[in-house]
Amino acid sequence: MTKENKKKDDQIKERSFGIVGVIWKKISVPLTSIFLALFIGGLIMAISGSDPFEAYGALFQSAFGDINGWGRTLEKATPLIFSGLAVTFAFKAGLFNIGTQGQLLMGAITSAYLGFAITGLPAIIHIPLALLGGALAGALFGSIPGLLKTRTGAHEVITTIMLNYVAINITDYLSNGPLKEVSSSDVVARTPPIEASAEIPQVAGLPLGFFIAIIFAVFVWWILEKTTLGFEIRTAGLSGTAAKYAGIKVTAIIVITMVISGALAGLGGAVETQGIVGRYQPGFNTGLGFDGITVALLGKVHPIGNIFSALLIGSMKAGGAKMQFVADVTPEITNVVQALMLFFVAADRVVRWIIRQRETDDEGLTLTTGWGN
Amino acid sequence: MVNTVLEVQNITKRFPGVIANDSISFKLNKGEIHALLGENGAGKSTLMNVIYGLYKPDEGQIFINEEAVEVQNPHDAIARGIGMVHQHFMLVPVFTVLENIVLGSETTNGPSLNLRSPRKDIQKIIDQFNLDIDLDTITEDLPVGIQQRVEIIKALYRQVDILVLDEPTAVLTPQEVDDLFKIMRSLVDQGKSIIFITHKLKEVIEIADQITVIRRGKVVGSAKPDEADQQSLATMMVGRDVDMHLHKKKAEPKEMILEVNNLVVKDANGNVEVDDVSFEIKAGEIVGIAGVQGNGQTELVNALVGMIPTESGTVKINGLPATNASPRKVTEMGSAHIPEDRLKDGRVLPFTIADNMVLNTYYLEPFAKSGIRQQEEIKEFAVDLVEKFDVRTPSAENTASSLSGGNHQKEIDAREFSRPINLLIAAQPTRGLDVGSIEYIHHRIIEKRDEGCAVMVVSTELDEIMELSDRIIVMFNGKIIDTVNADEITKEQVGLLMAGVTA
Ligand SMILES: Nc1ncnc2c1ncn2[C@@H]1O[C@H](COP(=O)(O)OP(=O)(O)OP(=O)(O)O)[C@@H](O)[C@H]1O
Ligand SMILES: [Mg+2]
Repeated sequence: MTKENKKKDDQIKERSFGIVGVIWKKISVPLTSIFLALFIGGLIMAISGSDPFEAYGALFQSAFGDINGWGRTLEKATPLIFSGLAVTFAFKAGLFNIGTQGQLLMGAITSAYLGFAITGLPAIIHIPLALLGGALAGALFGSIPGLLKTRTGAHEVITTIMLNYVAINITDYLSNGPLKEVSSSDVVARTPPIEASAEIPQVAGLPLGFFIAIIFAVFVWWILEKTTLGFEIRTAGLSGTAAKYAGIKVTAIIVITMVISGALAGLGGAVETQGIVGRYQPGFNTGLGFDGITVALLGKVHPIGNIFSALLIGSMKAGGAKMQFVADVTPEITNVVQALMLFFVAADRVVRWIIRQRETDDEGLTLTTGWGN
Repeated sequence: MVNTVLEVQNITKRFPGVIANDSISFKLNKGEIHALLGENGAGKSTLMNVIYGLYKPDEGQIFINEEAVEVQNPHDAIARGIGMVHQHFMLVPVFTVLENIVLGSETTNGPSLNLRSPRKDIQKIIDQFNLDIDLDTITEDLPVGIQQRVEIIKALYRQVDILVLDEPTAVLTPQEVDDLFKIMRSLVDQGKSIIFITHKLKEVIEIADQITVIRRGKVVGSAKPDEADQQSLATMMVGRDVDMHLHKKKAEPKEMILEVNNLVVKDANGNVEVDDVSFEIKAGEIVGIAGVQGNGQTELVNALVGMIPTESGTVKINGLPATNASPRKVTEMGSAHIPEDRLKDGRVLPFTIADNMVLNTYYLEPFAKSGIRQQEEIKEFAVDLVEKFDVRTPSAENTASSLSGGNHQKEIDAREFSRPINLLIAAQPTRGLDVGSIEYIHHRIIEKRDEGCAVMVVSTELDEIMELSDRIIVMFNGKIIDTVNADEITKEQVGLLMAGVTA
């Protein structure tokens, strides 16, 4: 009987939502936002006297045209996936982690330290060790706003923003002081290069870090959707009273979420250090954490969606230089396009209006919340 | 001369897997109170949302004053003279009544808000319909019934001729219902027309001029109140005979389950809400907590189940200390809690129905094994409950938010009845349910009692308290004003106690 019911249930569900319909409803807003942003970016180029088709063509060619392009794009996308995941994960618990930048920096410098200070390890141990160190540093740094929120009620947006500055100053100090590379000619504030055994290698011209990032995206999705912890996080994120009713310790969930979110951001920094920069140097990671917000929103705060939005933003970073070279537009135009994308996904009502999608028809939003609804 | 102000013809509205409205036609005449009756999930609210422009119908036509129209959105509906009062009011709590009424259609003098001429207009409306309200009170200080009146004035100020009231009486006290009915009468006497949705058949017979009954998205009949009685309406609605009277054998109370001693609960502002309350409930008895809304029942329940802290006093469940126990502890001690506010507490609307069915047991086997959720088990469990409790939905994996008002309630009831328990704390367990579902839930409650469960029912429905309870505790002003055996007291006597009158 039970089994039969379930089968009937499945059939009804399948019949009522075509899979294409479901996916379209999920991604229509981000997709439209992307096109709108590209369109307006193109208009700006045209007004300032460049050929937008040429420019976008160069960007695309450079980002995806050959294996080197793909390599660059994936390289740029890798830390973005992590910082996007960090924002996404916190978001599910109803927390707005603006501190991914700081957590990422802490992760980056910690993995750099473990990368150069420990010698003689085989890569198979050294790489994960330094990554783990980066994750722990990010987790520790992420736990602070979590604890502050549960102990004192301080809002995480405020504390994470402030902690970003703390992280910038700590890393500046360390890379210009205790961890500074000592060499007669070098006046640059930066750490020594990491050991070769800590470097994340390329496979067939593509960065291995990217595939690690994908594994983590799937892992985050799995935690959120398949584990009781994920259920608790999502419940707490959607309704505090319901979570309490369900017996969930909301304060514990807030701290755990911030720890995991911080760890993800820290990993982003570590992957960047071990896969690309090869050391810690101030200024090399700027914006990667903040871009996580764009990546997360553009990816509809879905862990898998993050991969695609990170690829998109990554490709613009990878192809921006070529665009300038070929079509003589400043690479800053990609920042404008990126900002526009963020604007449109955030202002999703505008986009819905453009594509004539009623909120009611879309996600079953309750408009009448009455007893008699 | 009959003058049709609103007519819908063959309205069909489909949701994935359900036909909420299946070619519905009906007419609303000028100066008429037209009651819509129907089971939970029959499609009443959907039809109203179509009329109010919240949903676009898949098929069918709407005529206003015999002219075909397409209502695009609520703005458009109001412009065409249709107003709707939702059960949960859309008022800004810290605004005055006047500010709330003009909100959204303010007039200005240059940069500043003009409240003088609206005040005059609104006062005129208030006098015209005998609405009796102080425009300068802060809205949140008003009781629910008066807030509802603010919503009605808000609609009238926008000059609507047709007013849709979707279950306006569900959260009102009997006195407030009387007041509402007077207002409704006064409105139709002066040419307005009203669509009125309720599950209380008594009210329909009392106030309606015309009754239309909907079942599973179709109009199945209509009646005039003077030709109908509650029994016939119930049968028409549910499609079978409903036994409106509960038969239960005499209670056989056994061991002590819940002991409450000198409990004091304060609200966030330090006001005493539950004042030195002591009582006990034994296995195998149903104790009804009667009282006018706002006399401490809500806080009492919330304190017992661990949602809010107590100030002093003790609570024991099964002889074990449970004062200030966490909600999970209370659940694990073998109790179930049906919360009063079904939309806010105890549900996560964007989650699936299945996830909501395990909301407080998600971490237990078989729903989870070593921290991993067992989706198949959860779904099987939910599908079963959906069927047993007749929760009207095409799939247990639909979001909870897609359920109709009464089906929200059934979903919670189903979950809380699904575990082995020895204490059931049920706050308004049948609010918004149709007669058939009320019958079903009442039978389940009595079944639990007979299985040896201690049951505490909190209800503002006096009829429900009288029918279900073996003993009745009446609360007034946070105190227990009296405890009586249900078969030794009349409804009128309880009513007097609820008003604070002791013999
Ligand atoms: N947004 C939605 N998405 C999917 N299904 C919906 C949605 N709104 C309503 N339904 C379905 O349509 C049907 C009719 O619902 P409706 O809310 O109109 O019932 P109702 O007659 O008002 O019931 P109640 O008396 O319980 O309030 C129900 O089966 C409900 O599950
Ligand atoms: Mg309804």
